[in-house]
Amino acid sequence: MQEASTLTVAPAEWLATATRLKADGFDLLCDLTCVDWHPEPDRFEIVCQLYSTQTQGWQRFKTRCSEAAPPPTLSILWPSANWFEREVFDLFGVRFAGHPNLTRMMMPDDWVGHPLRKDYPTEGYR
Amino acid sequence: MATTAGVSVEKIEGSRNLVLNMGPQHPSTHGVLRLRLELDGEMIVKAEPDIGYLHTGIEKSAEAKFYQQVVTLTDRIDYLAPLTNNLCYVLAVEKLLQLEPPPRARWMRVLLTELTRLNSHLVWLGTHALDIGAMTVFLYCFREREEILHIFEMASGQRMMTSYFRVGGLAPEPPLGLLERIRKFADMFPSKIDEYESLLTKNAIWVGRTRGIGYMSAQDAVAWGVTGPCLRAVGLPLDLRKTAPYSDYDKFQFDVPLRTEGDVFARYQVRVAEMRESVKIIRQALDGMPEGAWKADAPGITLPDRDQMKFSIESLIYHFKIVTEGFNVPAGEAYQAIESPRGQMGYYIVSDGGPKPYRCHMRSPSFANLQALPKMIEGRLLADVVAIIGSIDIVLGDVDR
Repeated sequence: MQEASTLTVAPAEWLATATRLKADGFDLLCDLTCVDWHPEPDRFEIVCQLYSTQTQGWQRFKTRCSEAAPPPTLSILWPSANWFEREVFDLFGVRFAGHPNLTRMMMPDDWVGHPLRKDYPTEGYR
Repeated sequence: MATTAGVSVEKIEGSRNLVLNMGPQHPSTHGVLRLRLELDGEMIVKAEPDIGYLHTGIEKSAEAKFYQQVVTLTDRIDYLAPLTNNLCYVLAVEKLLQLEPPPRARWMRVLLTELTRLNSHLVWLGTHALDIGAMTVFLYCFREREEILHIFEMASGQRMMTSYFRVGGLAPEPPLGLLERIRKFADMFPSKIDEYESLLTKNAIWVGRTRGIGYMSAQDAVAWGVTGPCLRAVGLPLDLRKTAPYSDYDKFQFDVPLRTEGDVFARYQVRVAEMRESVKIIRQALDGMPEGAWKADAPGITLPDRDQMKFSIESLIYHFKIVTEGFNVPAGEAYQAIESPRGQMGYYIVSDGGPKPYRCHMRSPSFANLQALPKMIEGRLLADVVAIIGSIDIVLGDVDR
């Protein structure tokens, strides 16, 4: 498997580019996750892996955002983005704009903090 | 994960519907899955899976470990297909390192991941049949699975948490007699598949409980990110072993079983046919197994031979340095997807140039497939839920990580 080409866009163009990619035939959203580049200002890098069931092509799709200005949800284009974004919210604290059900998923509802952030200690807060 | 689990039945104000709590401790949820089901009589109006009860923070732990140590964590994600996880992880790291393992290692990996597929499908078939009331199939499946676990133990020293694939090759050299034992198993196994099929495929109760149940259309399956046998049961021939071959899969001849009905019975047929195809691959791997090294010649990345360490100071130093300091991986990112028994398993690894992964994310097939569960069970009867959960073949360790 070859590495897919990567497309990086600003959060403002996130939804428009995603719509275009979907129209280009990338109908399967395989994965959506986040990388925390703390302490850079735009610390969260949202990474999507797209796949086309027709051409069998891969595409990686990225944006960088801060905690205050998260990108809009992709769950209106690919329903499967729903849980992936919920997981990113739970573990990184990125609040995707317009997400239908942004609640805790892996951690208990009353958990404080987002464990996959780089400023969250591996042993947890004691 | 909700903290309010525990209430079994509650009434909704101003509605005749009831809310039924199923799990997280329920024998047929295959682990600790909780379902919140809104019922109108026996019909499911709304279903909400609630996960997270088995979340162990493996992605966080991986960031604190050396690349070679993460292999042992990957076993514990999808514990019914440990070698598949090992393979996906080491392929992703090898991609970052631009390291190619020797042919014998690649073929051993194919051989053992196909055995893993049989192992996983046997547990699926046994428990799925048990859920619907066919006890005998379960006992038969576990009888053959036991032999596969013995083979794993012979190769790696462990029955389940194998950690046998390492960055650059295999952990120890495959022991003498391993291939003969696998060949004996491959010769015996097809007749056992006939045996399972004779108990189920034409069994009126089995067909009645599975045919036409849990239907999902091809559009829905793609939209919800469903992959693996569930996707091939709606007629889409997507198998990464064919469409994006890795580890020399392009050198093997096998078919991708397809059905078009998209129901529980179709998923059953796809998986049973896949077991037969896996046996084909295992036979080819045994016949064509290349001789030679079983790990790449990459000092500083693969551990040196035990014998070498007794005579060569360089080997001893490399051994010491790998174990205590790990090895650096060039900065970059890699996404490696492989066909696990459950669907597309993907490892996304980001390296900052150090000896520990900066980020290690697992795209687990069970997670994505489970998300589509409400689509399959809403509007159906409560009794079908058990059959449908069994048919999507989730492992909760894989869902929650």
